[in-house]
Amino acid sequence: MEVLLGITGKDFTIVAASKAAMRGATILKASDDKTRELNSHSLMAFSGEAGDTVQFAEFIQANIQLYSMRNSMELSPSATASFVRGELARALRSRRPYTVNLLLGGYDKIADKPTLYWIDYLASSAPVPYAAHGYAQYYCLSLLDKHHHPDIDFERGMKILRMCTEELKRRLPIDFKGVTVKVITKDGIREVEYEDDVKVVVP
Amino acid sequence: MDSLVAQYTRPAFSEAGQSQEEQQGLSQASPELSLKFALPPVAQSASWLRAMTDDYSNPNCPIKIAHGTTTLAFRFKGGIIVATDSRATAGNWIASQTVKKVIEINNCLLGTMAGGAADCQYWLAFLGMQCRLHELRHKRRISVAAASKILANLVYSYKGMGLSMGTMCAGVTPQEGPALYYIDSDGTRLAGNLFCVGSGQTFAYGVLDAQYQYDLSDEDALELGRRSILAATHRDAYSGGFINLYHVKEDGWVKHGFNDTNPMFWKTKLEKGEFSNVTADLV
Repeated sequence: MEVLLGITGKDFTIVAASKAAMRGATILKASDDKTRELNSHSLMAFSGEAGDTVQFAEFIQANIQLYSMRNSMELSPSATASFVRGELARALRSRRPYTVNLLLGGYDKIADKPTLYWIDYLASSAPVPYAAHGYAQYYCLSLLDKHHHPDIDFERGMKILRMCTEELKRRLPIDFKGVTVKVITKDGIREVEYEDDVKVVVP
Repeated sequence: MDSLVAQYTRPAFSEAGQSQEEQQGLSQASPELSLKFALPPVAQSASWLRAMTDDYSNPNCPIKIAHGTTTLAFRFKGGIIVATDSRATAGNWIASQTVKKVIEINNCLLGTMAGGAADCQYWLAFLGMQCRLHELRHKRRISVAAASKILANLVYSYKGMGLSMGTMCAGVTPQEGPALYYIDSDGTRLAGNLFCVGSGQTFAYGVLDAQYQYDLSDEDALELGRRSILAATHRDAYSGGFINLYHVKEDGWVKHGFNDTNPMFWKTKLEKGEFSNVTADLV
């Protein structure tokens, strides 16, 4: 029951990932960071099979950084998404695939647009205005369909994210221990303080 | 224009880094692991192992792997407490009551064993070797982060092949201070303040979480570690024997005994009035 959420707006992309690291019936850690910065303007959030997730994310991170060093330029978010999808597709047809679902948030400095890619473990990739993975899809996509517009500002984006996390808190049977929230804008990636101890009641 | 462009662009990969041989040489700074295991003469050794050892679905399975444990470690003001029980079980059979589940990697680093006894013993000994080699190569002691990653990458390379281990690496280094990592055979590696691992983990978590604070005194921390394992040995059939207690401090770890749980249980019961569900009278 890992939660990944992504929302784009006028000039930003918000990526949120649940903080609980679960194994069996135990929460081993309640401050897990399920994201990795690939370069200054793209962030990858991941969920899925234990072990595969971090291993794949750090493999991608290293290769994206290697590309930046070799070519003295950063890969655009769309190119990054293609590379990630390609690696996932290659692994899918190998003896042991990576069972990893991803959200790739970025800011395209050339087109001057925020981007968000939804990628699943079968290596489907789609550019989307907002996205979710896992059970969060069932609760949040309808909410996002209703409240999201392409030209929303950051405050509105955070409001919508709050609606999503509160709905998840209300209806997901297992506690995911809140989310870490990171924002990608033209100035780079930053983490946002996000209050998790808001009480919600099931009506 | 073209010549100008040509002058300032570099082909994507042709002169990227070193030649093939150089790269090979660099990536193998440490010699290739020559780990040749004798494998059973079957096509799918992983699924074969699963079939032979699955005690749950087949109680008559021919190989019973030693399993079942309670181990815990937590970080606090005065360093790290590491505590384990000492029982090894193979199916319903108690194979040993005197297992050392804390592996002393070096005088500042400890590892704990849960899961397959052989897997843990072998790979933690292997980790100890790699840590010593790191020390010799780099003229300084390995960090806990690096040591735990060696183990995590190692078990990840065997993912899906039947390894079974849940371990913790605890240690103190000048760079990181007291550090604690959880590593399991899925390939998960987590840094944290408090972990319990094994079949008795839930019982240990219950006692430990309720009274854990970072500001615990050394005595209280040792007592809490001991009491948490005792709670697990009481409720978990696959945990028991002796309590192995360690305190990792800035200048290395200190061992605080290998004590029988039985007198400890009765002492706790009679002096503190805990475990009141157990009665000594005939009813």
